[in-house]
Amino acid sequence: EFRRFSLERSKPGKFEEFYGLLQHVHKIPNVDVLVGYTDIHGDLLPINNDDNYHKAVSTANPLLRIFIQRKEDADYSAFGTDTMTRKKNVLANVLRPDNHKKKPHIVISMPQDFRPVSSIIDVDILPETHRRVRLYKYGTDKPLGFYIRDGSSVRVTPHGLEKVPGIFISRLVPGGLAQGTGLLAVNDEVLEVNGIEVSGKSLDQVTDMMIANSRNLIITVRPANQRNNVVRNSRTSGSSGQSTESSLPSSTPNILGSLLQGEEESDEEDIIIEDSGEPQQIPKAAPTSESIESLSQIELLHESTQNGFLPSSEMNLNHSAGSISMEYEEPEPGPKSLEEDGTIITL
Amino acid sequence: QTVEHGFPHQPSALGYSPFLRLMAIGTRSGAIKVYGAPGVEFMGLHEENNTVMQIHFIPDQCQLVTLLDDNSLHLWSLKQHGGASELLEEHRFTLKGPPGSPPSATQVTAVLPHSSREVLYLGTESGNIFVVELPSFRVLEDRTITPEAVLQRIPEDNCNRRSCELVEALREHPKNPDQILIGYSRGLIVLWDLQNNKATHHFLGSQQLENLYWQRDGSKFISCHYDGSYTQWPVSSDNRQPEPLENTVPYGPFPCKAISKIYWQTTKNGLPYIIFQGGMPRASYGDRHSISVIHGSQQTAFDFTSRVIDFFIIFSSDPAAEFDDPSALVVLAEEELVVIDLKSAGWPAVHPPYLASLHCSAITCSHHVSNIPLKLWERIISAGSKQNIHYSSMPWPIDGGTNIAPDPPQRDLLLTGHEDGTVRFWDASGVCLHLLYKLSTVRVFLTDADPNDNMNTLGEDEWPPLRKVGTFDPYSDDPRLGIQKIYLCKYSGYLAVAGTAGQVLVMELNDEDAEHVVDHAEADLLQDQEGYRWKGHEKLKTRDGPVRFEAGFQPFVLVQCQPPAVVTSLALHSEWKLVAFGTSHGFGLFDHQQKRLVFVKCTLHPSDQLALEGPLSRVKSLKKSLRQSFRRIRRSRVSSRKRRGGSGNASEVQEANAKFDQDALQEMELAPVQRKIEARSAEDSFTGFVRTLYFADTFLRDSSRHCPSLWAGTNGGTVYAFCLRVPPAERRMDEPVRAEQAKEIQLMHRAPVVGILVLDGRSTPLPEPLEVAHDLSKSPDMQGSHQLLVVSEEQFKVFTLPKVSSKLKLKLTALEGCRVRKVTVASFGSCKADDYSENDLAVLTNLGDIQIISLPFLKLQIRYPCIRKEDVSGIASCVFTKYGQGFYLISPSEFERFSLSTKWLVEPRCIVDMPEVTSNNHVHNKSGTENAARKSSPGDCGEDERKSGRLMEHALLNDEKVLKEIQSTLEGGR
Repeated sequence: EFRRFSLERSKPGKFEEFYGLLQHVHKIPNVDVLVGYTDIHGDLLPINNDDNYHKAVSTANPLLRIFIQRKEDADYSAFGTDTMTRKKNVLANVLRPDNHKKKPHIVISMPQDFRPVSSIIDVDILPETHRRVRLYKYGTDKPLGFYIRDGSSVRVTPHGLEKVPGIFISRLVPGGLAQGTGLLAVNDEVLEVNGIEVSGKSLDQVTDMMIANSRNLIITVRPANQRNNVVRNSRTSGSSGQSTESSLPSSTPNILGSLLQGEEESDEEDIIIEDSGEPQQIPKAAPTSESIESLSQIELLHESTQNGFLPSSEMNLNHSAGSISMEYEEPEPGPKSLEEDGTIITL
Repeated sequence: QTVEHGFPHQPSALGYSPFLRLMAIGTRSGAIKVYGAPGVEFMGLHEENNTVMQIHFIPDQCQLVTLLDDNSLHLWSLKQHGGASELLEEHRFTLKGPPGSPPSATQVTAVLPHSSREVLYLGTESGNIFVVELPSFRVLEDRTITPEAVLQRIPEDNCNRRSCELVEALREHPKNPDQILIGYSRGLIVLWDLQNNKATHHFLGSQQLENLYWQRDGSKFISCHYDGSYTQWPVSSDNRQPEPLENTVPYGPFPCKAISKIYWQTTKNGLPYIIFQGGMPRASYGDRHSISVIHGSQQTAFDFTSRVIDFFIIFSSDPAAEFDDPSALVVLAEEELVVIDLKSAGWPAVHPPYLASLHCSAITCSHHVSNIPLKLWERIISAGSKQNIHYSSMPWPIDGGTNIAPDPPQRDLLLTGHEDGTVRFWDASGVCLHLLYKLSTVRVFLTDADPNDNMNTLGEDEWPPLRKVGTFDPYSDDPRLGIQKIYLCKYSGYLAVAGTAGQVLVMELNDEDAEHVVDHAEADLLQDQEGYRWKGHEKLKTRDGPVRFEAGFQPFVLVQCQPPAVVTSLALHSEWKLVAFGTSHGFGLFDHQQKRLVFVKCTLHPSDQLALEGPLSRVKSLKKSLRQSFRRIRRSRVSSRKRRGGSGNASEVQEANAKFDQDALQEMELAPVQRKIEARSAEDSFTGFVRTLYFADTFLRDSSRHCPSLWAGTNGGTVYAFCLRVPPAERRMDEPVRAEQAKEIQLMHRAPVVGILVLDGRSTPLPEPLEVAHDLSKSPDMQGSHQLLVVSEEQFKVFTLPKVSSKLKLKLTALEGCRVRKVTVASFGSCKADDYSENDLAVLTNLGDIQIISLPFLKLQIRYPCIRKEDVSGIASCVFTKYGQGFYLISPSEFERFSLSTKWLVEPRCIVDMPEVTSNNHVHNKSGTENAARKSSPGDCGEDERKSGRLMEHALLNDEKVLKEIQSTLEGGR
């Protein structure tokens, strides 16, 4: 089915609306589809969120060619670089998916089907000069593969420019995870490890922290090469970026959404072998009904919060409550805080 | 931090106050420590951290003056504050010459605190003697004694300006405070009249002067010289330039070393004690550190194990006494304090109650046992007293001050293991760390060293009559003998010690000497590992047949690990009669009742070549080779010493050793400092290294039955749990102990497991073996569910038992970047409420911080900085007690004690009062005028008047009634 319709280029709307429009236009309201478009290079690229939808609309010249496939018989291989130029008739491929059996080629999956190895996170809350990189060590056999060293960096302080000691990446091991991501480079200054600032810590301390977090390592760096920074165009994020720059070296640890999200899945489960049986993951103990214990546990969690660390269970609570805040409210001292904690746990 | 135990590192000066009966020691790092009666001690630190060169007590005052190597003088006072005395620095002062003068003009070489307590005489390198007022340190310029003034009345052909270079000694006339004796380095000695400001006598010595000493009556003095001679000079009013009475080279006729200090002590029987340092024949005994005592026909040259810093004689300080009657010789050597009883026949040594040389052989490990039952305590003391029979029974002669600290609340033992295979038992209950008993494991083994080889045995007619004194002996015959782990059960008296070559000895306390065979077993920890070659040291050879053991702890079982790697963990269960031990290859369990190996478990990863070859063989190879080469040097030195009957110079070797170490260190530092960031993996080296072993009676398999269990934690984050079946007591000898592996936990962060603990149903740590049987602990709660606490270097984790599920954790390293080095359960009592106490974890991190973490909720309670993070050996040496105190080495010879508990605090608390002079001053103050008059014109007071006045005072104060009266009026006045 071919359809042609118009969109207002300046106000494309949301992807959800567009998706609904497509279903409406084709009269397939209950069919899950994959949406793709060809960009100016002739690549077939997916449209599945607001960002790439907007990008797609902005590249229309003046027509935007959209391809729609049923999700169950979608050919993921159709997406990717050079897809249009490589195959003269991408349409035929799209429309007749059994065609590719004759010409096997590299299968490229949708992003959600990949296991991530690294990501840049918290772009919206970090200053543009900083980059927060997450290395997903779990599940891969690749070594992290980098070294750090002592060094000095220049900081802006109320007393003017000051030279302060800092920690820098000194070497990337070829073939290692760090090098493979391309997100870290030699001479990048390490500012934080898993949300904890490294300033004032020795090289050995930072080493130990990184190794202790090696299964889910989140490093905030100031890249030595500042030309590849993520450029934000929205004014609000720009200004917030500036404000965070000044507030970043604060003493209160930042509890960041993405740190929290990752915590649970990455939190390693120890393994037990009972009576020489099969190795099994050690489960979490079921929360006890004893009120004293759970209260004390919460008390403990709060204590750790002040140390800049949230255990996974509380993160979920926070997450579901939708109240991930940069500044954590300090519980009031005294028995009252226990009550307040109690309400948190009911959430 | 409460008190320092042991011997000060690098002592550099010694002072003594016969009036206060206090001794002061200064160190090269600027510390000053004052000691009196046991428990009386003070410490001060010069801000400059410069070497203390000299210490002088101000006569009849609670004050002392120190001279540092930066030429600064410091006045310290012992002041009472809040019911106890404190040592405080009051003033500091540096002598300044006229502008443009060379530094030597004011370089202080000799210090004389005058008996008037008002001035200090400072002899300098330039020959000038400056007079400074106390306590203000104001220079009284008009009273300076210049070389010109001194030379005025000396015949010119005998002297020139150079004779008065460098003042070597200043001594006040014992009877006439207006006369001082000035000794110049080149040999000229002058008796100076302070009132008339002129020299009254000249003594023309021909030899370079080292020191001077007045005889008690002031009629003669002794000078000692660089060439090893001493000279007696008469002082009489008729001859202004007397000839020497006697000039002797005691160890002549061949060239001798200098006599650097001399005492001449008179006695009732007329035979004086002549005591001097040095003077040995230069060629054959020049490297000895000796002090000779001559009394009539008796002569002994005490031969010290290290360089003599200084010495003093304790003699009658009563000014009315006619004779000196010396009672003790106190010698500060570089590595130990030696006190010789001069009153008893044979001049035996006195056992010092403090300042013990902890490092007489290097400390390799420590173990603390709190609250020793009285019975065991007495048995250890009695075993120790049999070892100490050669000591004098004289009470400790340095007995100034009063210890007002409360009695220690309990009897505590600190056990130190040493490189030479000995274990020393220290009374660690109070301020004075005191050696109770020394245990040697050497007898069990055949070593290179011949036990009968005693370098000390010298024939009767040997000359010089050297006698070795002191215990410092840092040279181990065989490094494999070194003690690595100690475990003492205070209830049963069983002791297990384990060493460098995989040896594990189980001992029992026996009050009598005994001769018996030590049962011997071998534990092959590699079992079926193929194709491996151990490149480390060989196992120790054992002595065949029965061995004689002295009273005390006597070994009855020896287990030797194969390969003979260093034992890295040890646990003893005295109730089950089991001992567990672990090395870098695995661990084993031995039944010391049936003397049977129960099982061994290899923890070695097959690919771990490093551990296969030997512990840290590659890493340590440099250090090892250095060490070995020095050991060779030492051996050759020792043997050459034996050959020529001479001696080796230990300090030289040490210096060279230190230099080599430093060079090696520098070499390493040249490499760029970068750290690899990599997750730990199962293939890492030394993952099989057994770090901790733990016995527990808990629910391992099901929640209905508890059973004995053994837990082991490795460097690779693995925890093994073995279920044990120990036969009941009546069939203990008939049925074997059985073990079966029940659980294996792998921590995914793979950090070394440093502690394992089981908490009972009340979340209280399980009691020690036999603790409940002795009614010293509640029985553990077996109703509620038990929990397992695993402490790795990075995290604390609580798991449920018997089904292992994770309950709680505290990630230390991920948050703070510090790692756990030591962890223990400590009981903290409340100092307010007697009945309240709680158990917490005391944790020492690699940054030297101490953290208290609550149980069972793993909540950080408090954190203290304790040890410098650079002080790796300090951190490694730390031991905690069960009641929140701890010890760590601040130098090879000193433990610092610290307390985390408000309740259990051991620190010095003492008072030094000046009974005589305090009341003296008060008396004078009451009368007022006399004191004032004396102050305004110190010279006016006639000698006789003062002397008689003092005698009077003394006579009065000797009368107890009068003393009490004075005291009561004083107290009434307050």
